[in-house]
Amino acid sequence: MKKKLFISHKQAKHICDKKQYGEATFLESVSLSIRVAWCKLTKIYSKKNNKLTHTVQSAEMNCLNQFEREGIQKKFEQELNKRL
Amino acid sequence: MTPNHTINPNNWIKLYSDYLFNYTISRVNDREIARDLVSETFLSGLKSMENFRGKASERTWLTSILKRKVIDHYRKINSIKGKAEVRMNYSNSSESEGDWLEERVADSFDKTAEDIMENTELGDAIYECIGKLPEKQAQVFEMKTITGYDTETICNELKITASNLWVQIHRARTALAACLEKNWFN
Repeated sequence: MKKKLFISHKQAKHICDKKQYGEATFLESVSLSIRVAWCKLTKIYSKKNNKLTHTVQSAEMNCLNQFEREGIQKKFEQELNKRL
Repeated sequence: MTPNHTINPNNWIKLYSDYLFNYTISRVNDREIARDLVSETFLSGLKSMENFRGKASERTWLTSILKRKVIDHYRKINSIKGKAEVRMNYSNSSESEGDWLEERVADSFDKTAEDIMENTELGDAIYECIGKLPEKQAQVFEMKTITGYDTETICNELKITASNLWVQIHRARTALAACLEKNWFN
């Protein structure tokens, strides 16, 4: 249990990344909080990581879904093949 | 020295479709129209490949074709929405160093047209930075962060392990944070 709660900076970064996507467990979140409380490097990493997540969400970015991409690809390849 | 970029249409869709789509949808606000404009851009690029002189990157060149298509689209629908791009000057004082990104993103509530355009520009800047990542990192980051696929789906799709996925995500996030700080906030 003690080993799980007290983590290295590398482990903290990994958990912090997982947390951005809601994939950190409760225990991992607690261990990250403990590390953040006393480790300045982890605190900086965590702060920047959280803000990156917030920024990307705020930009409301879009990308093509697989179906749309395949449609474009198909049309493009037909045209490309004509030119070969 | 003049940069000499090469052109390879075989990789266009894989490399640039998401960037161009995000660029377009934030300007035309219609998914179907955006998709069609991106598709037309690739086809026009193919037809005018011989005009590519290598002074700009492929993506810049394709974006310039797309910009004309967006303008043509607005001409067609006779809309007033074809506004000029917004350029923002943010303060560069060392006092605000710790406040990094958050304060510079418009609130999602009570958005004005200007807020929307600022966020559009931010989206473009993020895609600029994603474009600088190694292909695999960019792909994993987009699938995980923008499309929102779960870890298992991405691992199956790309045939990678979960630990490899998190390594790619970590590298992508670190590089993106640094790139945005350098190219957008400074």
